Amino acid sequence: MTPPSFTAPANRAPPRNEPKMLDWILLTVPPAPAMFAQLLVGLINGAFYAMLSLGLAVIFGLLNIINFAHGAQYMLGAFCAWFLLNALGLGYWPALILAPIIVGAAGIAIERLLLRHIYGLDHLYGLLLTFGLALIIEGVFRQQFGSSGQPYAIPPELQGGRNLGFMFLPNYRAWVIVASLVVCLATWFTIERTRLGAYLRAATENPVLVQAFGINVPRMITLTYGAGVALAALAGVMAAPIYQVSPLMGSNIIITVFAVVVIGGMGSILGAIVSGFALGLVEGLTKVFYPEASSTVIFVVMALVLLVKPAGFFGRAR
Amino acid sequence: MAAVLIGLALVAPFILYPVFVMEALCFALFACAFNLLIGYVGLLSFGHAAFFGSAAYVTAHAVKVWGLPPELGILAGAAAAALLGTVVGWLAIRRQGIYFAMITLALAQMVYFVALQARFTGGEDGIQAVPRGKLLGILDLSDTLTMYYFVLAVFLIGFAVIVRAVHSPFGQIIKAIRENEPRAVSLGYEADHCKLLAFILSAGLSGLAGSLKSLVFQLASLTDVQWTMSGEVVLMTLVGGLGTVLGPVVGAFFLTGMQHYLAQLGSWVTVVQGIIFVFCVLVFRRGIVGVIASYFTARRKPPGISPAATERPAEARTAAAPGAS
Repeated sequence: MTPPSFTAPANRAPPRNEPKMLDWILLTVPPAPAMFAQLLVGLINGAFYAMLSLGLAVIFGLLNIINFAHGAQYMLGAFCAWFLLNALGLGYWPALILAPIIVGAAGIAIERLLLRHIYGLDHLYGLLLTFGLALIIEGVFRQQFGSSGQPYAIPPELQGGRNLGFMFLPNYRAWVIVASLVVCLATWFTIERTRLGAYLRAATENPVLVQAFGINVPRMITLTYGAGVALAALAGVMAAPIYQVSPLMGSNIIITVFAVVVIGGMGSILGAIVSGFALGLVEGLTKVFYPEASSTVIFVVMALVLLVKPAGFFGRAR
Repeated sequence: MAAVLIGLALVAPFILYPVFVMEALCFALFACAFNLLIGYVGLLSFGHAAFFGSAAYVTAHAVKVWGLPPELGILAGAAAAALLGTVVGWLAIRRQGIYFAMITLALAQMVYFVALQARFTGGEDGIQAVPRGKLLGILDLSDTLTMYYFVLAVFLIGFAVIVRAVHSPFGQIIKAIRENEPRAVSLGYEADHCKLLAFILSAGLSGLAGSLKSLVFQLASLTDVQWTMSGEVVLMTLVGGLGTVLGPVVGAFFLTGMQHYLAQLGSWVTVVQGIIFVFCVLVFRRGIVGVIASYFTARRKPPGISPAATERPAEARTAAAPGAS
């Protein structure tokens, strides 16, 4: 058996001479290690889709704003980790805590200074305002760093990997999948099963009534936005060693995440998590069977879902 | 006033750099077409670059590879954009508000990836050195001045179509849908049909603008289909004034001019655009033309009637507390 490589070339259907139907099917099925490798890539991408669409859903629930700056804040998280390492010598583990706090604090400042003024307006203005913020953040970083990426090393504790028999699993990627699942489920638990989450859900339904019960809704809105932004930054730190730290990493991923959100619907937290991971896997599978379509498959799925179930799988019709 | 503006447009190439005015006119047509949706139907499309860019590609390909004359090339581009608009609009009008924006953005991103990978678009290079050709076999468009008047004519035709559509019975219906869709439906109007029709019209005219642009610059490239282009047209319309007839034109000239002045600043242009976005949304939601128009209506009307009650863009219709939707 050939040594399984992680970034297996996706297009490896052997040459076929006059294939019969069954032969053809057998020949197009790629060797198992390559397939598992691509599924792992899909799962990794899915972890980031899930974390980002989760943050979008939480923010949208309470603020009724689609946070277009979410991708830029994810990029900020990655750059924050890079700065902490290169300027202060703080490694991956401190960055995992510090970067979300720093970027989340910036998010709180944005909410207090800017977003607060447009709550009474049409929802579309929230989209436009955060789009403007995304342009500002991305423009500044592109001016400083160009379009190329900065490398960020995998922490020494998680270097290497293990052979599972059917495939090679790098430790860092296993960590990303487990950690993102834990983060997603912890968020779900906080919102659906704790008292704080109950306040949050109540305020989503009827902020005026909740305020009348003596709960400080404006502060809750501020903290929710901060938490959503921190989640994006956390995803950014986790992504830094996998993808390069680049000013464009945010805008590349955010549009795909929007499609994920349309597919899943923003009505449910669990829906955002499930559709994030599922679509990552779909993308990975497409890379195995028809690599040319791998960048568009999520959008095709979105179009199909709109035809069959316009409200999305977990969404409420709006 | 219209005569003054057209007179200005006729002498503009002798005062300003003609290619700049042509570029601004293309974007003005693009922004007017976009405004048809956001300003009169209340639908924010964040994917209009798909129509602009794909029409540019189709025209460039038709003129360069198939050797079509420019007028047919432009028609082919606009038709392709309208066809694409039919599909995108048919999918996107299934959802409303913020989802509509996300769906159009996602579908436009798909068009971008197709343009990146398809063979006929030339990938990262785009289609370069597109010949301008001879209009109707007579007028040589490689002459800058001839090209300018051709661009101006096409712009005026497109603009007239939009103004006509907005002031027609159809225009009244789409405005009624914008204000209160359930009520328009209860009055017997097929809201989805009207929305789709407006979407196709908007996409086709955006395509016309894109086709024209590919002839002016003799280039169709990935910039034309990227999401940044969709953002730019939103910004032009926002700066000029959502839902005003002339606003998008003013906005297009303002932003194109700004880009020419700031071109050497590199990525700071993006930052400045972002700042203008934030500024417009926070304190300047009516845009340049909207502010001027409300100033004049305030003077003409007797005191006591709020100017905002007459020509009001899509703002503040859902003036409810967050979360109360």
